[in-house]
Order: sequence, then C-alpha cells, then structure tokens
Amino acid sequence: MSEPVIKCESVYKIFGENAETMLKEANGNVDAKTFQENGCIVGVNNASFEVSKGEMLVVMGLSGSGKSTLLRCISRLTDATGGKIFIEGQDLLNLNNKELIDLRRNKMGMVFQSFALLPHKTVVENIAFPLQIKGINTEQSINKAMDMVKLVGLDGRENYFPRELSGGQQQRVGIARSLAVEPDIWFLDEPFSALDPLIRKEMQDEFLRLQEKLQKTIMFITHDFDEALKLADRIAIMKDGIIEQLDTPANIVLNPATEYVRKFTEEVPREKVLLIEDVMDTTTTEQIGDLKVSKDEIIENVAEKILTQEKTVAVIDNNNNIVGSINPTKIINTVFGGRKNNN
Amino acid sequence: MELFKKYPKLFQWIFLLIVFFALCFAIDVPETYKFIRGQAEFVKDPNQSTFVFLGKEVRYYAFDVFWRLPPLLGWLPIWINDSLFFLMNDWMPMEFWNEDTQEYKTRPLVLQITRNLTAFMTFLIELIREILLGGLETIVAFTSWDWIDANPWAELPGLPWTIVAAGSAILAYKLGGRGLAIFAGLAMTYISIFGQWKPSMQTLSFILVAAPLSFIFGLSLGVAAFKSKRVEKALYPILLVMQTMPQYAVLVPALVLFGVGDHAAVIITMIVAVPPMILLTLLGLRAVPPEVIEAGRMSGCNNWQLMFKVLIPTARRDILIGVNQVIMVCFSMAVISAFIGAKGLGFNLLLALNQLNIGLALEAGLCISLIAILLDKMSLAWANKQVDYFGNLNFFQRNKNSLFFGLIMILGIALAYFGSIYFKGGYNYLFEVPHNKGISTADFWNKGVDWIFDTFFVYIKAFNTWLIVEVLQPMRALYLRMPAIATIVLVVGAGYLIGGTRSALVVCGLTLFIALSPWWDRALVTTYMATFGVIVSCIIGFTVGTLCFQNKHSTKFMLNVCDIFQTFPSFVYLIPVMMLFGITDTSVLIAVIVYATIPATRYTIEGLRSVPSGLHDAATMSGVTKFQRLFKIEFPLAFPHMMLGLNQTIVFALFMVIIGAFIGTEDLGQYILKALSDKKGAGIGLTLGICVAFIGLIFDNLIRTWVDKRKKHLGID
Repeated sequence: MSEPVIKCESVYKIFGENAETMLKEANGNVDAKTFQENGCIVGVNNASFEVSKGEMLVVMGLSGSGKSTLLRCISRLTDATGGKIFIEGQDLLNLNNKELIDLRRNKMGMVFQSFALLPHKTVVENIAFPLQIKGINTEQSINKAMDMVKLVGLDGRENYFPRELSGGQQQRVGIARSLAVEPDIWFLDEPFSALDPLIRKEMQDEFLRLQEKLQKTIMFITHDFDEALKLADRIAIMKDGIIEQLDTPANIVLNPATEYVRKFTEEVPREKVLLIEDVMDTTTTEQIGDLKVSKDEIIENVAEKILTQEKTVAVIDNNNNIVGSINPTKIINTVFGGRKNNN
Repeated sequence: MELFKKYPKLFQWIFLLIVFFALCFAIDVPETYKFIRGQAEFVKDPNQSTFVFLGKEVRYYAFDVFWRLPPLLGWLPIWINDSLFFLMNDWMPMEFWNEDTQEYKTRPLVLQITRNLTAFMTFLIELIREILLGGLETIVAFTSWDWIDANPWAELPGLPWTIVAAGSAILAYKLGGRGLAIFAGLAMTYISIFGQWKPSMQTLSFILVAAPLSFIFGLSLGVAAFKSKRVEKALYPILLVMQTMPQYAVLVPALVLFGVGDHAAVIITMIVAVPPMILLTLLGLRAVPPEVIEAGRMSGCNNWQLMFKVLIPTARRDILIGVNQVIMVCFSMAVISAFIGAKGLGFNLLLALNQLNIGLALEAGLCISLIAILLDKMSLAWANKQVDYFGNLNFFQRNKNSLFFGLIMILGIALAYFGSIYFKGGYNYLFEVPHNKGISTADFWNKGVDWIFDTFFVYIKAFNTWLIVEVLQPMRALYLRMPAIATIVLVVGAGYLIGGTRSALVVCGLTLFIALSPWWDRALVTTYMATFGVIVSCIIGFTVGTLCFQNKHSTKFMLNVCDIFQTFPSFVYLIPVMMLFGITDTSVLIAVIVYATIPATRYTIEGLRSVPSGLHDAATMSGVTKFQRLFKIEFPLAFPHMMLGLNQTIVFALFMVIIGAFIGTEDLGQYILKALSDKKGAGIGLTLGICVAFIGLIFDNLIRTWVDKRKKHLGID
C-alpha cells in the first residue's frame, strides 16, 4: 500500500482573534457553541481522512458547512489552526513560502466556483498564466496552453476574453488553467454550481471523461448530493465543520451514519446509485435461473431483466465466475422498500 | 399628532430650521461691524483686542461671540509659517560636500533635501525638454559650464517638429490604431503651425515628468495602503483633505520649500495628483474578487507576481480612472503652476488673460486641451493593448513601427536641413515655427469678442446687472447676515439628523475650525458662490442627464462630452466667460456652473443607468407611463448615486470659485492669491486652503452619510 497523497490528521480551522489559545484550552473537544460565545467561529472541526493516488474524494455539505474552508486548509490558502496535513508525505503546514510556491507550481491545480479568470487576459493567456508564472517562456507556454484549449474543446476561441464566453465555457478555461502545469493533485471548489442544469450535466460527463484519461488525485467540493454520488469514489459529508460520514456512495446510501446524512439519502433513487454487487446475496452461489448479470452493473440497467425472471439470478464477476445471487424481490425491496424500512 | 408620528424626521428638520431662523433674528448685526473687513487682521488699530498664544500675537475686533467667534486660531498661520522657516533655515544643520566650490558647507537638513530633490526634478524636466527643443543644461549636468565653453559643439540639437509630430502619430498608431494616429498627427501639426510649439513642448516635458512620477507614487502608496491597515489609516485623513483642498492653496507652502520654477511645479503637481491615484488604486484592489486572488496563489504566484500580474491588472479599470485623473490634474496644474514660474502654455495663458487678450488665451487653452486629450487617449489605449501570439510575422512586419520612425527621423532631419537653406530669414519653419511667426487666429477671436460686446453689450450688461443686483447681492447679504452661532447650530443639527452623534461631532469640528479662523466672512462668501453655482449646476445637470438618458445614443454622446470637458484644465473655463461677461462675479459664477455641471450630468446618467433592468421591466409590466417610471422607480433608486454626483459638483464648484479669485472675488481665494505674493504667506495660504477643504468636507460628510444610509435602506450596493 503506497503512501496516501493527501492525509489530514485532526485538522481544525477556527476563525477569530484568540482562536489558537482557545483551541489549546479546548483540548480536542471543540464545541461550536462555546466558541461562538467567545467570538470564534469554527470552520473545520477535527477533520481526519486520507486520499490515495488516483482517488476522487467528494466533500459534500450545505453552505456554511466548512467544506470550502477544509479545501482551503489543504491547499493552504488559509492556514489551519490545528492538526497536521501531509501532501505526499510532506508536512504542508511546515513548508516555508518558497516550498509552498514550488508545491503549487508543480503539484496542485485548483478550479473555482466563480471561475476566477483574469479579466485582462484572453483564453489562451489565462491558461498559460500558471506556466508563465513558473518562468516558462512565452512560446512554450502558449503552445502548451493551446493543447489544453483543445483538451477542453475550446478550439477557435483561444483569443476570446473571458467576458465574451458563456459560464460553461469560462469554467472550461478554469479547468484548462488548473491542468496546464499537469498537477498530481486537483482541487475543485464547486466548479459546476454556477452553471445551468443542462450545462452542468454536460460538464460532469466531460469531467468524468477527463478523469478517466488523467487519473488525478482529486478533492471535489459540492453542495449537490446527486453530483457527489455521480462523481465520487468516496464521499465526505460535512455539517458545521464536522465530517459526519466518509464512505463510498453505496455505503452512504445503504447505511447512513447519522440522521443528517439519512435526510440526503432519502430522496436518492437507489437504483441509479447502487450496483448489483452492493445488494447481492453472497451466501448462495449456485445458479438457479439461466440469466447472469455482472456485479458491476448499476441496478437500474438490469432491473427489468431481473424482474421478468421468476427465479433467482446469478451474479458474475469480470472473469465469468459466479460470486453471488440476486432474486427479484430483493430488487423490489431495494428500490421501493428500503425507504419504508428506514422510516 | 398623528402626522408627527408619521413623519418624525420632517418635524425634526422643521424644528431645526425654526431654531436657526430664531437665532438669526434674535442676534443683530453689531453697529460697528464691517462685513468682510470686519475681521481684518493686518491693520493695527487701537480698537482691536489682542491675545498671545505660543508666542504669537493675534489681533482682532471683538464682537458678541454669538455673532462672530473670536479668531482663536489666528496664531495658526503665523505658527505654520515660523515652523516652516525654522525647518528650512535652522533645523539640523549638517555638513554637506559642495561640488562647485569643492568644500564642505553647513546647511540645514531640510533645505539640503529639498534642494537635491529640486535638482533631480530640474534634471529630468530639462532632459526631456532638450530632447524636444534642444539646449545645454543636460550636458552641463554631466560636465560643467567650463567644459561647454571649451567645446562649443556640445549641445543637444532638439528635434524638428516634423519628427515629433510624425513620431507621436506612429506611437498613437501602435497603441490605438489609425483614428488615434490621425488625431495625434493633426493635433501636433496644429500646435506647430499655430506657433505654439515651444511653449507646448515645455508644457509637455513638464507633464511627461509629473504624470509618470505621480502615477508611480500613487500606485505604490495605494499598494502599500492595500497591504497594511496602518498605512491606510495614516494616509486616509490626508487623502480626504487633499481631495477637497484647492490646488492653489498648495502652491504657497511649496513655494517656500522648493522655490520657484518648473521643478517646484512638478512637486506640487505630485502632491495634488497622487491622492486621487492612491484612492482609486485602493478602491480597485479592494474590488478584486477573493477567488481571483486565490487562483493567482494556486497558480504559484509569489507576492510580487500576485501584485503585478493578478491584482493590478484585474483592478485596472479603477487604476485607469486614476491615470485619467492624474493627467487631468497635471494639465490643470500646468496652468496654475505658472503662478510660481513654470514655463509653457500655462504661462502664456495667464499672461494673455492678464492682458485681457482673449484670442491669445484661447489659442493657448486649445493647445493645452489638445495635448491633454491626446495623452489621455494614448494612456487608455496603452493599458488596453493586446498581444497577438499567433501572427506569423516576418522581420519587417514586426519592426515596421521602429523602421518607419527611423525613416521619419532621416526625412525630418533632411527636411530641416533643407529648410535651413531655403528659409533665409533666420527662421527655419521646418525645424520650429517660432512663437510669433505661426498663423494666429487671436485677432479673429479678439474681433469676435469685440463684436459680441458691441452687439450684445446692452443685453449682456442688463443680464449682468439684473443677476448681480437681484440675485447675487441679496444672496450674499443673507449669507453674511447669519450669526456664527446660527450657522453652527444649523450645520451640527443637520449632521445629527443625518448621521447621529458621530457625524454631528465631525461636522462641528470642521465648522469650528473655520469659525475660529480669522476668515469666517470670506468663507461665507466662498460658500455663497459655491452654493449658487451648485444649485444651478444641479438643475442643469440633472435635467440634461435625464433627458439624454432617454436615448442610448444621446447617453453615450453625453458621457463622451463629459469626458472631453473633464480633460480641459480648469483655467480654460475662464476664457470664454471673460469673453462674454468681463471681470465680474458673473463670469466666475458662470465658469463655476459650466465646470460643476460636468459631474452633475455624469452622475445623473450613471445613476439612472445603475437602476437594474429587471425593475425597469417590472415597472413597464405594471403599466406605468414613462413619467411615472422616471419619478416612481428610476429617480428614487438612482438618487443615492446622483447625490454622490452632488458631492463631486460641490468639490468642482469650490475649486472653480477659488480659481475665480484670478478674476477678482472677495472670498478665501482672493487671500490665497494674495498669499502667493507674500513672503510670509505660506501659513496663511495653507490655513486658507484647509478652510476651503473643510467647507467641502462638511458637505462631503453629510452627503456621504446620507447616501450610505439610503443605500442600505434601498438594499443597493
């Protein structure tokens, strides 16, 4: 097992004048209310997690839940008040300014909710900006930026100014800019929240396509639970600065850890999220019907096939070995019944 | 009673006015009181009272304190003056090496610093001036006069006007394309043909030093204020006072510190031009969205890169307005600093105005305005310039501008050489058209003025008399008739009603400073002229603005007109009014009105434009007529912004009133002008300037507080 790319150990971020002394006195027992009475606001409260290489961790929470603050602690746009953060084993909080700049120039890319493009630069200049900051000469950086322009499908618009582009196009520029230095770690702060629903879906698909190709280590912030389910390898759900649950989408939907998390999962169409593997019965492995389904299928895609069978259906893995079984009632229970049980 | 509960504010205002008028009627004018001269402080008279403070004796006529407060601050100008002289002549004497005499000399520190500063400025100005016009000073600065005597060939030859004109056209082409190039070429040719070349180039060399220096200083101080709260807090009060301080008033102390000449003018210009630059830089930097800053940081910018590649370019819109202001102030000062011996168009303009040669003044004024507009447009084009990365250019295409300039250089020199052979009369017209040998339209204008005077004399005179007798004199008398205590009650009461205790205290402090100075009466006259100007300007400005707003094209046209008029140096406005109304208060007031109408119009249009279009549509859908929409929706919402325009209008009006002293008024400006020629005038000039600034700040404070409240109430940002 290789070292995690991002590793957080009890990270705290508390805003206010005497935040540090208060955190010390609290002794690891931070209560938002008492802090607030003393003029401090708790942004992130005891966050610990790891993200391994090539994994996409989606941090999901409503506004004010501290998700963006957490991201800014990890990118060190703000300094965490307490705890430790390691980026590929380097202690982030102990880096000096020069090392930090080096890290950002070579390892990190970030996409912002409001795009944050430089208004005085054209598309290609915006994308080339991080390269030029690194000291790469104009010709090389523009060439590289043109590759990026093609990657995000903006060819022909490289000489436009941000104000001449639509929101979706502007965010493509933002994405291209964050990828220009070929970073290992990619931070995305609600990248699609400011976009229209249709464009958002298109951008999500585009994003998945890119990730397939690039295999970055990603921290993705969103307030949209569906988006989180669609994109994530793992989801961290935050509330009032605390990570309520950190798990795979399926586990969150099937076993919400707290009342708060459960509320989100209630409205989720399970058949669209869960895989056969998540609901199958692993105890009986003998084949009963003729039909076989792959364990990696999303329930929705195979539900009709299974429901038309009267017998139990075998589940197979990639190598055609039978790994479990599933019967039609199970499917009906998952889709309709699960919710009733929880209520 | 119900009415009272419904409109408590209204009744508070009425109560305030009742108290005010009661005070006015209760306190009579003392019999021995002589208006304006009532507080004369320069004459020795046994009837005067005296007091001594800080070792300075202040004499004054004592009256009922409710009528006029005693000039308890009378010692301030004398004290400022003495301190300034002490600083210059006695403080911290040190040994300095003197190049000329090759020995150490004892000199006070401040004197040495200011002398070095002026030497540096002089060098910069002379360098540019001699590139344009030719001369010896720059070479002397590196060698010595003896060396020049030994080497008579050593002289900067100066550029023929053809090269400068074509050069500026090429530069304009490079920056802003064909239109700007044509304008640049025509403007320069005009200046040359009409014989204004030398003074224009002198002015230009002054501007080319003053403007960039002001820009750099303003930008760096603005950045410093952005970075450090402490710097901002220290700068803020100075900026505030400098914004409303008439430019005149700065001349006097600078005269003491830096002496007479172009270098002093540059330094004063910087003092005046830097504050708006700082404010606008700060404003722009503050408005940069935090995510853009974060994006810059995540791109791996260090602090330096973040400032120059992210923050400043993103804030460039406000910074550009700052540059525009700097250029405006520079040209304004180019004229005003002629009072302290700066050479150039300003000097010619003042001279012509003094001789009442309107035609000559007009020509000089036109040249200043042309250069001002040109520089303004060029700086704007420069900031918006774009780089083309994809053009596959060959050597000639890439360097065509430099090549072309080289060609022009050779051609120009050849022409000048040819001219020196062709024109035998001693003047080489292809090198420089001498001042009195160009085409002059002065006679035409003068005749025109005479004709207007002859033809319309009766009407103009009748209008003039009517205005003075029926409107201005009564208004002035009313202002002067106010007992000091009544004025203070009114102002402080207004402050309290608008902004609460804090505002009342600030306003009270500002008013007391003026009331306790020896020039209360004069301050009242200044206020009366400014008020009159502001009222008329606002009526015109709001009407014109509203009318123009009805149509997209007229809106754009009007904003452009405002832009151009704003570039004119303030003195230029005196020319046409003197043409029509001669030397009277009316002239000053009309200049004030014209000048102050610009911000009134601009802010009205901008205010109306800032009304969200959604509201516009919503109103239309509820079936309002055009007038209803204007009065029920647009005016109320645009009003806060329009009030900021009023603020600007007041500042502009005050400036112009003070400049009007040049024509002859009996207000603070007259004394500022007087102080210019007074050896001990520095303290007086500065104190007077502060008085004017405080008048502006009183209104500024009241209006701003009101606007902030109103905006919060309406929920607009």
